[in-house]
Amino acid sequence: MKSLGSIRRDFAPWNDPNAKPYIQFDKVTKKFGDFTAVNNLSLTIFEREFFALLGASGCGKSTLLRMLAGFEEPTAGRILLDGQDLRGIPPYKRPVNMMFQSYALFPHMTVEKNIAFGLKQEGMPGPDIDKRVAEMLKLVKLEQFAKRKPHQLSGGQRQRVALARSVAKRPKVLLLDEPLGALDKKLREETQFELMDLQQELGLTFVVVTHDQEEAMTMADRIAIMDKGEVMQVATPAEIYEAPTSRFVAHFVGNVNMFEGKVAERTASTTRITGATGAQIVVDNGGHAAAGSDIVFAIRPEKIKVSSKKPADAVNALEGEIYDVAYLGDMTVYHIKLDDGQIVRASALNASRITEDPLTWNDRAWVSFRPDAGVVLTR
Amino acid sequence: MTDIAATAAPPTETATLPARLAAGFVNRLVIIIPYLWLLFFFLVPFIIVFKISLSQTAISMPPYTPVLDFKDGVAGFLAGFRELNFDNYTWLTQDALYFNAYVTSLIIAGISTILTLIVGYPIAYGMARAPATIRPTLLMLVILPFWTSFLIRVYAWIGILKPEGLLNQVLLATGLISQPLVILNTYTAIFIGIVYSYLPFMVLPLYSSLEKMDYSLIEAAQDLGCPPTGAFWKVTFPLSLPGVVAGCLLVFIPAVGEFVIPDLLGGSQTLMIGKTLWNEFFSNRDWPVSSAVAVILLLVLTIPIMFFQQAQAKAQEQGR
Repeated sequence: MKSLGSIRRDFAPWNDPNAKPYIQFDKVTKKFGDFTAVNNLSLTIFEREFFALLGASGCGKSTLLRMLAGFEEPTAGRILLDGQDLRGIPPYKRPVNMMFQSYALFPHMTVEKNIAFGLKQEGMPGPDIDKRVAEMLKLVKLEQFAKRKPHQLSGGQRQRVALARSVAKRPKVLLLDEPLGALDKKLREETQFELMDLQQELGLTFVVVTHDQEEAMTMADRIAIMDKGEVMQVATPAEIYEAPTSRFVAHFVGNVNMFEGKVAERTASTTRITGATGAQIVVDNGGHAAAGSDIVFAIRPEKIKVSSKKPADAVNALEGEIYDVAYLGDMTVYHIKLDDGQIVRASALNASRITEDPLTWNDRAWVSFRPDAGVVLTR
Repeated sequence: MTDIAATAAPPTETATLPARLAAGFVNRLVIIIPYLWLLFFFLVPFIIVFKISLSQTAISMPPYTPVLDFKDGVAGFLAGFRELNFDNYTWLTQDALYFNAYVTSLIIAGISTILTLIVGYPIAYGMARAPATIRPTLLMLVILPFWTSFLIRVYAWIGILKPEGLLNQVLLATGLISQPLVILNTYTAIFIGIVYSYLPFMVLPLYSSLEKMDYSLIEAAQDLGCPPTGAFWKVTFPLSLPGVVAGCLLVFIPAVGEFVIPDLLGGSQTLMIGKTLWNEFFSNRDWPVSSAVAVILLLVLTIPIMFFQQAQAKAQEQGR
């Protein structure tokens, strides 16, 4: 069985036409004065999904989250949660909880009281609250910090208190606004996996807002790439990376080489592209591009092979000169200036310690790739 | 050694001991200045007042005896010193007037402080939640009354509150009342005067503690199921307590000894310690008794505040 990316996903309700959507943004628009933060956006999220909203700052992702939490009302459109229209329901009556970017821990309360706050509002009996708080402290491994105040904790501990407080009420949906933004790199990587485990354990629906693509790729079942208040693409991390549908998405996630060109010829199984600077490229998935149309061929650096001689069996091979080389340990990055002037980035995994065909600056070299290595973008 | 010392003379083998001592002295000098200020402008005047409170009234210039000086040598100074006694303090306990004046002053100041808090809190809250661009203007408006003389502003209230004054005219004209309200020369007028005059002292510390509060805390409380009023009492108010305490102290302390407002707005029958003190000093020309009144007033105010601050420091220590 073949699939995009290296992970097989068994949980994929978005491919099931009978699956009931859990959260629905239905043509939602939000304006702040003249500024349109979210523009006629529709989006569906399924139960138990780990969903990421990814975009640069100001793209409207946080506004989307705040509308779901009830801090902002949409200017137009509807937001449905489990079939219920959320319009007019104040934040304190919504079955969603949010983990704030600043954590927003109450500084005058101990860790214990912070976690118990939402449960007390619910009117849960005292002994049950104590039990749930103990359970939450155990979940985030902060048992011995129960009596501390937030200012006596480290950044990572505060992040876990905020997490425990927001899941203590067992909300239908947990909203996370840049949950790992304030942590250092190492802690962030550890916490990504902790968050995924937690989501599995509690069986909650997570909606996370982030500007960090690696974070979104690691944690999310699906990612929505946002730009200027609109969704550019909603797909699994592998689809976003391997099959972007637009230049914006291809550029936004990871590194990419773009060849501007025209579709020279289309047959049932192959598409031949003539690059703007003359390069001939043959691909087997031309998408919707009609013959003669202007397109962009996008290919990831690691899909490109660099060699000193032209590979005998290569369908696509272009000649050039090595312009820059960087040895990064796990891989080597080459910048090759093709004879038509375009610079191509290629990366090679250093799978063995000894390299048969070492290359250096100003060497003549060939770049080659398979016909299924890249995608044809029409927008 | 402190930072300045380290830069002036690095604590190496070559730095001589006198050089390091000199650097240390420069550091201390900075701290000494405020202490000298307090010594000359607070402690010395207090000692003079305290000494007068131990003297006896006399028809002379100055109007008390003994006057301590070294005119008759050390022996004369010591003889005068021996004449000092606590008779004036005993007198304060014998006449119920003083006790009543202290208690009334504390009650009036207490009620006024609570009223100022009730009026000032919404103002400070509104300012702190206002758009950042207009906050400096609002702050300016709070401070603006200080640009006019305090005395003139209190006099203005007489014009407003008197039976034929502005307030009664408006109320009569609108038909809300048929008889002019008697407000001037009552305790109500004193409360109005104190709340009006001391409002900025309440609003400013409240504003500064509310303004730096992170609004996402309120959102977090609401997100966790707390309606806005609950969020106010459980989050906003507890976090503004340092401002509340500072504002209340800034209003309460001067209000206890307030003289101008009860004198101008409260009429002749109001009994407040500031007025009593003024009467003793200017009408009776009894400097020793009025000094004793002043010393007791100072103790009444400072001792509870000292205990309060100690308790607060201890609570903070435990919180850490």
